[in-house]
Amino acid sequence: MASATTRIATPAISAAQTLQNAVSSEARLQVRNLDFFYDANKALKNINLELPSRRVTGMIGPSGCGKSTLLRVLNRMYSLYPGQRATGEVLMDGQNILDDSIDINALRSRIGMVFQKPTPFPMTIYENIAFGIRLHEKLSKTEMDERVEWALTRAAIWGEVKDRLNTSAMGLSGGQQQRLCIARTIAVRPEVILLDEPTSALDPISTLRIEELIDELKRDFTIAIVTHNMQQAARCADQVAFFYLGELVEVAPAEEMFTAPKQQRTQDYITGRFG
Amino acid sequence: MPNEQFEHISRSYEEQLKKLREMVARMGGLAERQVADAAYALIRRDTELAGEVIGRDGEIDQLERDIENFCVRLLALRQPVASDLRFVIAAMKVSNAIERIGDYARNCAKRAVVISQQPQIGGFQGFQYMSQLVQQNLKEAIDSLVNQDAAAAERVWAADASVDEVYNGIFRELLTHMMEDARNITAATHLLFVAKNYERIGDHATNIAETVFYAVRGGALPEERPKGDTSPFAVVRPPV
Repeated sequence: MASATTRIATPAISAAQTLQNAVSSEARLQVRNLDFFYDANKALKNINLELPSRRVTGMIGPSGCGKSTLLRVLNRMYSLYPGQRATGEVLMDGQNILDDSIDINALRSRIGMVFQKPTPFPMTIYENIAFGIRLHEKLSKTEMDERVEWALTRAAIWGEVKDRLNTSAMGLSGGQQQRLCIARTIAVRPEVILLDEPTSALDPISTLRIEELIDELKRDFTIAIVTHNMQQAARCADQVAFFYLGELVEVAPAEEMFTAPKQQRTQDYITGRFG
Repeated sequence: MPNEQFEHISRSYEEQLKKLREMVARMGGLAERQVADAAYALIRRDTELAGEVIGRDGEIDQLERDIENFCVRLLALRQPVASDLRFVIAAMKVSNAIERIGDYARNCAKRAVVISQQPQIGGFQGFQYMSQLVQQNLKEAIDSLVNQDAAAAERVWAADASVDEVYNGIFRELLTHMMEDARNITAATHLLFVAKNYERIGDHATNIAETVFYAVRGGALPEERPKGDTSPFAVVRPPV
């Protein structure tokens, strides 16, 4: 029992400064006092978290801890399901995106999401990218071509598909499909990208490509990534948030999280002592 | 207070960390014995015991290599994080410090052989006291690692000043002997090195304590430690 108190009592001034440095940029999304319910079941309890602009926030925690739920809240995915509701605030440019008055389609073009399993549409590679753009913008053929190339280039897959843009996306490998989905997400030029275990179905090399891509994308986008792979969070994220039983237990710069976390529950989880 | 935490879900990982802890404890125990025997050999002019100390140093060196290999393996295969990572790093650093301590003890034993062949100068009370203080600090530093006890580590860290005080006393005393009679210079010089070795062993015990504190708490002790070694400023004035 002594350990919990002693560890928390450790002076953390330098750690706090590191956090400030790591997240010095302004918050792109601010989650305030967020509660989330699946019917009567409270899945998120009073979450307060900031996603700093052009930084990667990693979310870790055991299954059912609420990390994926939080992503679903951030782009209003839950609104599709009756019985699911959120209270509190998620602020973007001072506006609460949980508000009923929010245009959800417009919101999703600002906050894109990539899922665990690659979800290409059963159409050509080109159309997979162009499809989403057409929902939001009217572009000329040339502009569209440019945008598609830009998105595929940013997603580090252009070189592999440029000669087969008019073939089916279903013929791509899993890793390529996932990069295509990331290209589709960034094609509408969102501000925030949410990644829900984007590499859990991929081999190690494809995983490294995606991680490299995340590192590249954070120059322009604010990124949140849910992952079960602790090493991945350590590699990709600037700040890491640990969730447990619907609570945000600790948020800290990745470096601090994996060398000297402050909370005993974080420590026990990341060292493999429970979870 | 000693640190307690849950066991790992992976029993083999838990076993490996336990094994590492035991290896460091065994290495520390060996070093304690070397330090004690080297002092005993000096004070009793026991060259046979001095020879044993010199011969046993290889065991400590071997343990250091074993611990290092084991740590590299753990890092590669288990990718420890947080308290486990800090412990593995601490084990490597501590084994390195203990290896140095072993070398100092061996050097004391070598000098004890030479000193035993020289006329005795003065008493060995200072040496006896210094070696006891150093042994005590070393033992507590190793125990603090084995028990994951940051408070004990902090006590060791703060206790080195008295070792330095005894060292200063010995330093001044030996200078006096050398000034009194030039024939004392051989023995006195060797004794100065012995005293310096014990002072260095004390410093390494302090370093171990600092490492343990970091491993347990995840933060560092303050940079400035109480220090009492004034010998770097000592000056001899020839008789007028």
